[in-house]
Amino acid sequence: MYKIVKKLQLSENVFRMDIEAPLIAAERKAGQFIILQVNTEYGERVPLTIADADPIAGTITIIFQTVGATTMKLAKLNEGDSLPALLGPLGKPTHVEKRGHVVCVGGGIGVAPMHPIAQAMKAAGNKVTIIMGARNKELLIMEEEMRKIADELIIVTDDGSYGRKGLVTEPLKELCESENNKPDEAIVIGPPIMMKFCALTTKPYNVPTVASLNTIMIDGTGMCGGCRITVGGETKFVCVDGPEFDAHQVDFDQMMKRLSAYKPQEERARDHVCRSGIHA
Amino acid sequence: MTPKEKMAIEPQAMPEQEPQVRRHNMGEVATGYTAKQAMLEASRCLQCKNAPCMQGCPVSINIPGFLGAAAEGDFGKAIAIIKENSLLPAVCGRVCPQEKQCQAQCTMGKVLKDVNKAVAIGRVERYCADLQRESGNQEPAAVKPSTGKRVAIIGSGPASITAAADIRREGHDVVMFEAFHKPGGVLVYGIPEFRLPKSIVQNEIDNLVKMGVKVETNFVVGRTRRVQDLMEKDGFDAVFIGSGAGLPKFMNIPGENLVGVFSANEYLTRANLMKAYDEEHSDTPYYHGKKVAVLGGGNVAMDSARMALRLGAEEVHIIYRRSEKEMPARAEEVHHAKEEGVIFHTLENAKQILGDDQYRVRAIECVRFELGEPDASGRRSPIEIPGSEFTLEMDTVIVAVGNGSNPLISQTTAGLEVNKRGNIVVDENNKTSIDGIYAGGDIVLGAATVILAMGEGRKAAKAMNEYLASK
Repeated sequence: MYKIVKKLQLSENVFRMDIEAPLIAAERKAGQFIILQVNTEYGERVPLTIADADPIAGTITIIFQTVGATTMKLAKLNEGDSLPALLGPLGKPTHVEKRGHVVCVGGGIGVAPMHPIAQAMKAAGNKVTIIMGARNKELLIMEEEMRKIADELIIVTDDGSYGRKGLVTEPLKELCESENNKPDEAIVIGPPIMMKFCALTTKPYNVPTVASLNTIMIDGTGMCGGCRITVGGETKFVCVDGPEFDAHQVDFDQMMKRLSAYKPQEERARDHVCRSGIHA
Repeated sequence: MTPKEKMAIEPQAMPEQEPQVRRHNMGEVATGYTAKQAMLEASRCLQCKNAPCMQGCPVSINIPGFLGAAAEGDFGKAIAIIKENSLLPAVCGRVCPQEKQCQAQCTMGKVLKDVNKAVAIGRVERYCADLQRESGNQEPAAVKPSTGKRVAIIGSGPASITAAADIRREGHDVVMFEAFHKPGGVLVYGIPEFRLPKSIVQNEIDNLVKMGVKVETNFVVGRTRRVQDLMEKDGFDAVFIGSGAGLPKFMNIPGENLVGVFSANEYLTRANLMKAYDEEHSDTPYYHGKKVAVLGGGNVAMDSARMALRLGAEEVHIIYRRSEKEMPARAEEVHHAKEEGVIFHTLENAKQILGDDQYRVRAIECVRFELGEPDASGRRSPIEIPGSEFTLEMDTVIVAVGNGSNPLISQTTAGLEVNKRGNIVVDENNKTSIDGIYAGGDIVLGAATVILAMGEGRKAAKAMNEYLASK
């Protein structure tokens, strides 16, 4: 059993949990993820990126948004409750090296998985610029943590309620165009549509760009192939070949279609959870 | 009884759920012999001195011995004889391809010139195993005093279950590591409930636990811990790798990443392990296909097709590029699939999968084949007939063309030798290129059968017990 030792609500639908998982806390590297279940009899297996870990306390941190039945049930658990299943660390770690100037772009909940990557990039001696985006001020998460890492922090909101009004692609484009602040690498994590447009933004400037993907998967070890996507014309499994890929090569349109495969069932499940009062 | 009298006994048909009933439920298709049937069927055995059936059995069960006991109604003795060689008779009685193994060699079948009239060895085996399990008369195997030595078993499928039991018997501490949240491997995620009830697999795991085997789920060796960490840091004296062949092969045809195309592994895992069929309770969804094409002709293809029927498909088509004779599936599974209404297309293969504007499957383009000369596998090779393309409207495609070896362990274990297919290379004792590390089952053989995996687990365990004794 994996005990929840700390729970925080970061915004209306976003939660942070520190969970006891000593082996994963010791082994995990930036960019890796876990698969959890809230129930092993009928529960779904849900992949979530590891936002942070404390190998001494033996805990990992996850940050999640309540989007489906499982995350809604997860959000109802409290400190002291335990998860019956937590598998990891999965996926290949981020390739961390000194590139010079690295820009990290995190959109919405994507800021959480960006945190350990930005941390590792900074530790490797890079200048790190962080661009964080959210729909509005209330939905912005982990500003303090990111500010500690960033050489420069740029915040954008869709409605202008905090930071600059606009989309993350705007400051990203400006950086790419700048004479003496052009990034040597961009890392983008967020909704697929945001990652797609970030990739389109950096491509004309030949800024190498990495996207971290979160697709539908069951086992997370290469067995089911549900997570497959097309990268540079080849089929790849996000769980074992990724989760990070060259964003300029990823077929984001295909990935978005594949993510919607179970939309009708997911909507029904969400309704069911809401109606049964699990998510009060 | 004289041979003539034995030959006069009618081969006992397996009681089954009616096809039109069972295609709408998950209950077991074959409901099992009665005691009387089991005795009658067992008494058909001619007790041949040379026992050709035993040569057909990958683990050399004393078949005339157990059939002789069963014929007299001494099922306790019968199961004891089976268990001398096989740890999983309830499983093997159900899933072994008997018509290609023991029953293919049976003299009765040869005399009657019909392999289907051979003694139904598997069905009697199943009866004996079920009777023992259901009566609660099974004692877990005796365990010798503790040796203080520790063995890690990676995976919890048939090879691993067998190795764990045989190693634990010798008094070694055994920990079994499983990546999924439930142990059993392909027996729980792959083979459907209607062919192998999960309670039978759970019973085998429970027996291991009673013997003192520790089962660690949610532990993926290669990621949570590397094999070498298990030996160098965690104090394991030996490791058995029985991680299976979990890497689905695809056809590499256009349209394979469309929404509505699944590997059989994914389709079956959702339905079996994740219980997606139980929509009221399960959080894992399944794809509601109405017209389903399954590509392949093995047991996994049959399981997928029959699962699709049970999940509400209106039409299910098996598409296989050779003829029915070459199909690797058990004859009984093909027969059951046909009875349930699965439509068979042989000597046809998918060339591409076509999508609609929503990127969902709308059809497959197929091409016809004819059979040419035998190929490396000994089967007549299919040759494409140019210009024979045609289109079938479908909304779901399940790819069941086999599994490669999952590279997770070989990639993270320095010095572990694999062949060009990624299978772990072992010697005649199932020892790998690293001392103390053994491997068996599909990760060594490539995708094979439960009984072969079990045989490998047993062989490896014997060598590991000898290795540990000498250490």
